[in-house]
Amino acid sequence: MDKQKFTSDLLVVGAGIAGLTAALETAETGFTVSLIEKMPNIGGRVAQLNQYFPKLCPPSCGLEVNIRRLRDNPKINLSTLAEVVSVEGEPGDYTVKVKITPRYINEDATDTDIENCIDKCATVLKNDFNYGLDNRKAIFLPYNNAFPMKYVFDKDALSDDEAKNIASVCSDIIDLDQKEEIVEMRVKAIIWATGWTPYNADNLTELRYKGNANVITNVELERLASANGPTGGKIQIAGKDSKIDKIAFVQSAGSRDENHQEFCSTICCMASLKQVRYIREEFPDAEIYICYIDIRTPGCYEDFYEESKKDEKLHLKRGKIAKVINDPNSDQMIVESEDTLGTGLDQIKVDLVVLATGMKPNTDTFPDKTMLDGCGFIKTDKDRGIIACGVCAAPNDVASSVQDATGAAMKAIHIIKEGK
Amino acid sequence: MADAKKFGIYICPDFEISKAIDCEKLAEDLKKEEHVHLVKVVPGLCTTKGADLVRDDIKAEELDGVVIGASSLRYHTDIFKFDILTERVNLREGVAWSHEPNNDDIQDLATDYMRMGLIKGVASEIPEPMVLDINDTVMVVGGGFTGMTAAIASAKAGYPVVIAEKAPELGGFMRKLHKLTPRNAPHYDLELNPIDELIGEIEAIPKIKVLTSCVIEKTSGQPGMFDVEAKIDGKDLKFQVGTIIQATGWKPYNPEKLGYLGYGKFKNVITNIEMEALAKAGNIVRPSDSAKVQNIVFVQCAGSRDKDHLPYCSSVCCMTSLKQAMYLRETYPDANIYVIYKDMRTPGKYEQFYKKVQNEDNIFLTKGEISEMADAGNDNIRVDIDGTLIGEKISIEADLVVLAAGMVPSTVPDKIELPEDPEEDFTIPTESCLNLKYIQGPELPTLHYGFPDSHYICFPYETRRTGIYACGSVRQPMDTLASKNDAFGASLKAMQILENIRIGTAVHPRSGDRTFPDFFFQRCTQCKRCTEECPFGALEEDIKGTPMPNPNRCRRCGICMGACPERIISFKNYSVQIVSQMIKSIYVPTEEDDDVATPRIIAFLCENDAYPSLDIVGRKRMKISPHIRVIPVRCLGSVSTSWIADSLAAGFDGALLIGCKYGDDYQCHFIKGSELANQRMENVQEKLKQLVLEPERVELHMLSIDEYDKLPDIFNTFAKVIEDMGPNPYKEM
Repeated sequence: MDKQKFTSDLLVVGAGIAGLTAALETAETGFTVSLIEKMPNIGGRVAQLNQYFPKLCPPSCGLEVNIRRLRDNPKINLSTLAEVVSVEGEPGDYTVKVKITPRYINEDATDTDIENCIDKCATVLKNDFNYGLDNRKAIFLPYNNAFPMKYVFDKDALSDDEAKNIASVCSDIIDLDQKEEIVEMRVKAIIWATGWTPYNADNLTELRYKGNANVITNVELERLASANGPTGGKIQIAGKDSKIDKIAFVQSAGSRDENHQEFCSTICCMASLKQVRYIREEFPDAEIYICYIDIRTPGCYEDFYEESKKDEKLHLKRGKIAKVINDPNSDQMIVESEDTLGTGLDQIKVDLVVLATGMKPNTDTFPDKTMLDGCGFIKTDKDRGIIACGVCAAPNDVASSVQDATGAAMKAIHIIKEGK
Repeated sequence: MADAKKFGIYICPDFEISKAIDCEKLAEDLKKEEHVHLVKVVPGLCTTKGADLVRDDIKAEELDGVVIGASSLRYHTDIFKFDILTERVNLREGVAWSHEPNNDDIQDLATDYMRMGLIKGVASEIPEPMVLDINDTVMVVGGGFTGMTAAIASAKAGYPVVIAEKAPELGGFMRKLHKLTPRNAPHYDLELNPIDELIGEIEAIPKIKVLTSCVIEKTSGQPGMFDVEAKIDGKDLKFQVGTIIQATGWKPYNPEKLGYLGYGKFKNVITNIEMEALAKAGNIVRPSDSAKVQNIVFVQCAGSRDKDHLPYCSSVCCMTSLKQAMYLRETYPDANIYVIYKDMRTPGKYEQFYKKVQNEDNIFLTKGEISEMADAGNDNIRVDIDGTLIGEKISIEADLVVLAAGMVPSTVPDKIELPEDPEEDFTIPTESCLNLKYIQGPELPTLHYGFPDSHYICFPYETRRTGIYACGSVRQPMDTLASKNDAFGASLKAMQILENIRIGTAVHPRSGDRTFPDFFFQRCTQCKRCTEECPFGALEEDIKGTPMPNPNRCRRCGICMGACPERIISFKNYSVQIVSQMIKSIYVPTEEDDDVATPRIIAFLCENDAYPSLDIVGRKRMKISPHIRVIPVRCLGSVSTSWIADSLAAGFDGALLIGCKYGDDYQCHFIKGSELANQRMENVQEKLKQLVLEPERVELHMLSIDEYDKLPDIFNTFAKVIEDMGPNPYKEM
């Protein structure tokens, strides 16, 4: 092993905003970086957001700059569809096995050939980029400005027969002979930035997410509001084209709750206040309710909260939501809360319920489960070892994740310079 | 210089390009151009095989440059990497996919774009980086927790460090803290104050030099070579550093302004800072008579989240009060402790600590507003609370009231007068910690409430003074855990600027760019526009007002170039002259070509946001007017008004400028570029008046990168307006 050269100074696991930042900041300081991402494209969760709070600016704006930095930097080697299988070694000298899934797309195929094949491919799958709100073909580009701008054949989501079937129709462009590879990387430091998954709203049985098209999560609302989302940016209830007059946001849905996630996800208050702006733009007369325990808009985010309060049709109701029920007489939902500031038990009848669900850290492939804290995040109180940053380390917003990732780059450089 | 250049032109017919335009005719037309050595239409150009073919030609034909007519320059970047001048022309998204195919208009468009690419390539030079000797010392201003953490991080990475602390000893505000809120999982227990350990660590690192009682009187120069003049105990000291981390921290909101909460009026109303001092002294008693306390009220947001005081939330006070409640719990197990808050803000895992405190006996946490504080005799205070969780007014007779006062960045002077009308705009004047000798002022420019300006969401460390990085609670209200991470982040950025200037490359957002602005000083008229408009304060002035460039402060946006009326500022591959030549290379049809001359519109698009949007327009096959010729620019602020005036004088019918949103929530990556471009439109309108042209012939739009769906409408509506207005009368001249 000693004779084998280092693949790069640093391995960054995850190319969402945290991992991407950590990789870029390290590489622009002069070190070599292997950046791996399990999805076919970089950007992670932020690529699925419509706008950032509090500026209401598009995430693709900052991503565009970061993609350019990545493209132009020879010190970073990006692998997509890549996941860590094992980590051995210690700070200064790690050996990491990485599984790389092929795209199953012939490398010589031009985009035009591929697009023609997509038309021929009949099989559709749930589009996970849009949280399953619509479908996509088995051959796909994740979204219209994905990087790398390369198509994927989603073989793993299909049965062998289905895959072979499509491959025979699109034999020019699909190459089923491409094999999964295990690549061994030797690196001096590792930054872990695997991000988060929205808390599974199916678990929130009392909030009736399952089976009701008019109970959605905050991440789904992001996709509905996005111009590149399933509805082209139109906020609507699936299967309905009618106007939305009344909307209730349920804050801390599954957060600050011992039965679900004990911690506060930090971002959901600002996220809901932001989403109120999306709705207001589309439905100027809609009555919007935010049912909350505490509004948490720290620092200068308070300005955004103050500005939001000027909206006369936005009603901030303090009280933990007891349950959501179907109105027996209409398609509407009834949100039942204990309004601790007012009259006790309170019911609001609304067309749409948005659950402000929290963030669950992604730690499945993290090699040392003893480093997870009681909330499931990777502990950050260790300056040596694998360095976790972004939301797999703590529930953070984008600004804090970027800050954290930049700091993580410095910690990695310490390890790279100190060696074993 | 350009005479002998040999260029190879390559055209990709794939991706429907050959269905939209006649590639062979395009190739034939281009063969007639000067400097063209060969033209090839290469199927599969955008593959490694295609690139290899180009590479072979470069060698065999000894080419000086190539022009690649294929996809947008944002795609296939890994393939088209040659070590000679390479111009990418966007025939795919910019022509074939975004225009009606197979007509004279689209053919002309493709020919113009290829010609513009050729001219740009011929006129450009491969930049040689400017490499200067540098000093790689990191100066950390502020020797508190954040500053010391940054100093250790920088030293551990191998850099010499100087800490400049204005107090006689290290430690900053944290010295005053008794214990810290729980920073480590499971976030239940208070932590010991680590400040002494940290000071010990600093003292043990020989690479770190500590200057206490040190006031910085002057900082001049540029990254890699900042000259610092300081005063230490009245003695002058001069030294050079390479980069600066500003960790000057915060100060408590002036308690004298908290009279409305009884501060100064009742002896037993204290601030959280005073509470911390009592706890640290191990003697929590009433100030009035040193008696033990039994009923204590914490008033949250004392002067915070209040438009008459600090409109923002100081982020840490909820956790601090919970911590102090635990101090009291330890000292007085039977005391009643009340915490009155607007919202309990214990984000993230701090929720665990909140829960722990909630479960303590006799600690009552309730939402509420203080309606009155009155003398209850015996130096006790009656605290009346409204709007509580139980919906009733409550009244507590407290023997001690603790005001959770907020944090003010250290840059804000102690005595500031807020305007009478809270709606009135006003900027807090900053007090200088760095005393920068920048003509644009002695401090980091601020955005709100004295916090330094940056793209705080995506790029929080990018202040407007290259090589100077703010961190800790001077940057935004934050606790020690966040400050620690922030110190690491800032030290990384400090290291990064040093390593970039060592090799002559730019930092964010044009990372790796080796060009820098060249000034042709003989023609400078000392108008000072460049020095005033540079958002990064990169330019100084000599006594006569001639700009003095500081290349290491420069971010290569070209705003100085756009500002210069004499057109004397240029980059090796981007200059007023290069773009002028590109504009001149566009064929402007006249009435001799058609009965009514086909319009020509020039459009300058910000390459960071508007131009990528145009690519999406192409990808979505939306159609735009073929009469528009787009030139991507580094920033809208780099657009020289002469380009607009010259093109109108040359017969163009209109000019369109599309850049990023400006204002408080600006999206411009160079802070002020698009705003400055808008301001310069006044000069453009003046010019139009002189030319006796309609003002509507020039338009400026703001566009976010995700608003691609608006772009065809902007283009086509403008094209229609221009068409209806009729041809520019200068066409025939």
